[in-house]
Amino acid sequence: MSTGEPLLRVENLKVDFPGEDGVVHAVDGVSYEVHEGRTLGIVGESGSGKTVSSLTTLGLTRRQGAVISGKIMFDGRDLVTLPEDELRSIRGNDIAMIFQDPLSSLHPLYRVGDQLVEAVRAHREMSKQQARERAVELLGLVGIPDPRRRVDEYPHEFSGGMRQRAMIAMALMNDPKLLIADEPTTALDVTVQAQILALMERLQSELGMAIMIITHDLGVVAEMADDIAVMYAGRIVETTTAERLFSAPEHPYTWGLLRSIPTMEGYTWGLMKAMASEGPPGRQDLVPIPGTPPSLINPPSGCHFHPRCPYSQPEHTRVDPPLEPVPGGEHHQVACLLESDIRRRLWEQLRAGQTPAEAIAEVEMPEAPL
Amino acid sequence: MAGYVIRRILWGIALLIIVCALTFVFFRVIPTGNPALLRAGRDPTKGHVQEIEKVLGLNKSLPAQFWEYLKGVFLHGNLGYSYYSNESVRSLIAERLPATISLAVGAAIIWVGSGLAVGIISALRRKTVMDRAAMGTALLLVSAPEFWLGLIVLFLFADDIGKFKIFPGAGSYVGLTSDPWKWFTSLILPWFVLAASGAAVYARLMRGSLIETMNEDYIRTARAKGLSERRVVRQGVRASINPIVTLLGVELGVLLGGAVLIETVFNIPGVGRLSYTSIINSDFSVIEGTVLLAAMFIIVANIVVDIAYAYLDPRVRYS
Repeated sequence: MSTGEPLLRVENLKVDFPGEDGVVHAVDGVSYEVHEGRTLGIVGESGSGKTVSSLTTLGLTRRQGAVISGKIMFDGRDLVTLPEDELRSIRGNDIAMIFQDPLSSLHPLYRVGDQLVEAVRAHREMSKQQARERAVELLGLVGIPDPRRRVDEYPHEFSGGMRQRAMIAMALMNDPKLLIADEPTTALDVTVQAQILALMERLQSELGMAIMIITHDLGVVAEMADDIAVMYAGRIVETTTAERLFSAPEHPYTWGLLRSIPTMEGYTWGLMKAMASEGPPGRQDLVPIPGTPPSLINPPSGCHFHPRCPYSQPEHTRVDPPLEPVPGGEHHQVACLLESDIRRRLWEQLRAGQTPAEAIAEVEMPEAPL
Repeated sequence: MAGYVIRRILWGIALLIIVCALTFVFFRVIPTGNPALLRAGRDPTKGHVQEIEKVLGLNKSLPAQFWEYLKGVFLHGNLGYSYYSNESVRSLIAERLPATISLAVGAAIIWVGSGLAVGIISALRRKTVMDRAAMGTALLLVSAPEFWLGLIVLFLFADDIGKFKIFPGAGSYVGLTSDPWKWFTSLILPWFVLAASGAAVYARLMRGSLIETMNEDYIRTARAKGLSERRVVRQGVRASINPIVTLLGVELGVLLGGAVLIETVFNIPGVGRLSYTSIINSDFSVIEGTVLLAAMFIIVANIVVDIAYAYLDPRVRYS
């Protein structure tokens, strides 16, 4: 993490949606920073609050009746309390956003070029002709062939990957300082995903903007992010550099996420074992995290992850863990009630290919897990 | 596109022939009065009636009568002659067309304009008192039959029999060319009554369509771009208006049906009232003429709507 004043600093952000069945605590006290030119990855399952926190940054949850508290400091201004028209001058200008589904995110009845043109003309005095030139230039920059012709086409004439490229071009029309990418590759083919990620990396190095990438896919952040925040049930449960998150993860939920992504080694190793019929087959195969994401209206008591955590102790149902620095880990924070020594030994076992049950037997937990 | 239009026009002509045949059969098979008998005056002799039947061609077989009629319509634009007054149906309709067009066009403007406006405002002010009041009124207007609403309005606001003598009442219609101001004021009540149910349907549809559209991802994109709320709403309206345009073709039929009732209630000398009196008088050729005119109007309107749709939605244009 670089030092100095961050570009975006979110402090203890809470977003509640009052509803008929009760208040949905979509974001429950989240803090993070995005520094100039760097990439923050926010990882979590659906319903973990990662999208809501980013939409709130742009003020887009206000009209949905969200109750927002905390601070979102950007360029010396608090976006939580900023009046709507001032916030509007930041949206799409200093902070731009791209979304998950590029097909539904472009207006079907307007030409792609016109949608790019209006993005720039919403924020600066520019003739239509100039804005159009800028649109052509950016469509070319994001790798759309023959941009001078395609600028006059409609979104349905673009393929999925092209549409996401067009969305990125639109986001870049005003040279934003921060680009928020909410699941930018989820709706795309795997090969196209890689292209879009590579494109974003190239643009970042050329244009020097900061990126906040929101995803459920650790593979995506592994490729893109400098820093990673893992969200669960509206909170950040672990945050550190990308390198450290993959080499020394501390939170059982992070372990679950890591074990549920396919890696080349994992696959082949599991397959070889299965073919040699040595032990239970497929032990190194993908391991899903048991259970489902918790209710955000009545979250579980104590540590919100305890109902799904294989290592939770009786007292974890009562005590709510704060996000605390990991001993010996610089820029590494985790919200877990397990002893850090036990955590480290558990991860050693898991990394060696043990199941959680085997790891527990090996590590001599203070009390039998729930 | 040209091929599509030609296909639609040919299909429209086929449809007109079918409509011709259906009305022809309906009004001859359904036992109404014998037109010859109606024309023969008081206490006619049998020979007299037969003679009239011969003159009118009623003694020929039904297919032969139909063939004669079709030939007249499609080859000579001749819609036949009124059994009742002997006038040509074409001139009967032509005389009355301006009144009906005045009524229908004015009503359509009020209907589409107020329907869309109320729908848009209701959608944007969702769940407010205004929205609920507007939608409640819309429900009332959709449910109220036009002839009833017409009588109520006359009872309340007509300057002859009304409680509040504000607007000219029944029978006050004058042509646009003879006195534009009187033409306008005499049509205010009929326009309102004829537009009421259509406007109510449109308001409800527009509201639903816009509420749905405003939740679309591309509206979120528009906001994320930092567009002003006015422009965001404009993009929403632009997208929600398409399904409503499609309905316009269908709703025009309802409008014409309403015109028959309204012209009768307000005593406007238009094609609607002509068709009403011709039904009362079993005046077959006039009935057929008016039905054919209405059918043609709806078919043409639908072709126009479909072509307009292709211009409104680029996705239709290319497929």
